[in-house]
Amino acid sequence: MCPVATRPASVPAVQLEGVTKRFARNWALKSVSLTIPPGESVCLLGPNGSGKTTLLRIVATATRPTAGQALVFGYEAADDGDAVRSRIGLLSHRTFLYGELTARENLRFAAGMYGIPPGNARLDAALADVGLAPAADTRVRAFSQGMAQRLALARATLHAPPLLLLDEPYSGLDADALQLLDRYLGSFLARGGTMVLVTHQLAKGLTACRRAVALREGRVVFDGASADFRSSPEAALVGEWG
Amino acid sequence: MQGHEWRRVWAIVWKDTLTERRTKAAFNAMAFFAGLVLLIFAFAIGPDVPVTGPAGQGLLEYIAPGLVWVAILLTGVLALGRSFQVEMENGALEGLRLYPGERRSIGIGKIIANVATLTAMEVLIVPIAGVLYSIDLWSKLPALAAVLFLATLGFAAVGTFYAALTANLRAREVMLPLLLFPVMVPVVLAAVKATFLILNGDLMGELSAWVRLLVVFDAVFVTVCTLAFGFAIEE
Repeated sequence: MCPVATRPASVPAVQLEGVTKRFARNWALKSVSLTIPPGESVCLLGPNGSGKTTLLRIVATATRPTAGQALVFGYEAADDGDAVRSRIGLLSHRTFLYGELTARENLRFAAGMYGIPPGNARLDAALADVGLAPAADTRVRAFSQGMAQRLALARATLHAPPLLLLDEPYSGLDADALQLLDRYLGSFLARGGTMVLVTHQLAKGLTACRRAVALREGRVVFDGASADFRSSPEAALVGEWG
Repeated sequence: MQGHEWRRVWAIVWKDTLTERRTKAAFNAMAFFAGLVLLIFAFAIGPDVPVTGPAGQGLLEYIAPGLVWVAILLTGVLALGRSFQVEMENGALEGLRLYPGERRSIGIGKIIANVATLTAMEVLIVPIAGVLYSIDLWSKLPALAAVLFLATLGFAAVGTFYAALTANLRAREVMLPLLLFPVMVPVVLAAVKATFLILNGDLMGELSAWVRLLVVFDAVFVTVCTLAFGFAIEE
């Protein structure tokens, strides 16, 4: 799996400029500015309601910002949705899977929607990558949460996106699946991919990513190396989130 | 549309028809519901009502085209609603929105899949109506099939659009028919008239006018609903 061709390395993978999002009277994000270069791994931290998922959804083109600009590899998320969507893989809270289809059929459908030629070899390789080869012909309705989560990851990366957006990817995974996910993400980063990860599991998030960005009440309160996060004043909030 | 967009259309049709085939319970329930609607009309009106149509037939046989289309519409609304209910599980509708490519290809795929489902339903409904209402179908089958297809296409196009529009609403089961039926009036009117003329004879040569009306509304509905589909599934 190779990431699709991107713009020159000088173009940031993600660039947010004054991104603000309001839901009715609630401000989810307040003028967030952030630049993520290609190949970076960023862990988004923060208590519930701090705006992490909203930020991820804006980058993924799932929702539009109220104000400000979100660029993905130089493409405006709000206007160039197609160009952005072909360069991202989103693993959301929800799996986007069809329970009545088997694992292989779910990937075949995703391949069709991504415009990938429907070769069984590619689908089998994607299933093997997430440890689901033995369950390839099992309907997703019979899957455990962890299995569905792994299949959702295979679906999100089927088109080899250069940017991976992960929202709580560790939820529902057992120890073996956690190891598999770590290996998978490590291999993705080693190939030059960019990753933005939202998690409440601080230890996992800080280990998986080189950079940490903490949000509180819709504002960035920390942006630095993951290794520095624990010793920062903002780490006092850890007790509230953990 | 380009080649890869047609691949997306096919992916939607394949996925929807496969899902529908596997959830037989839903199809069976809809078929049972359609049969029940036809049966209730048959019981309510009865074969012995002494009102005769121009060809000397009984009241039930005379109004059968309207009753068949009522059954198709009521059952069709259930089928159309279901086609987006599947997309609500596991947030699949958002997944559809996040695939790259033109959203109208999703709309076209959904319309084709819904035409297939509604046609399968009609293959059951029409013969049941033929038996219950004593209609001779076989000699008129090709013309009847053509009218059924044209009306189903218009119904599926508008229905798919409104089913997508109401998919996220809490009262979607109520809202879908409320929005859909008023828009469907011209298609239903033309379909009932054309079906009546096929079954009872076209003495005044009116059939082609109603069929032309169906074709025009199909063209308008399919075009508008396909182009506007992206807005219907917007967050």
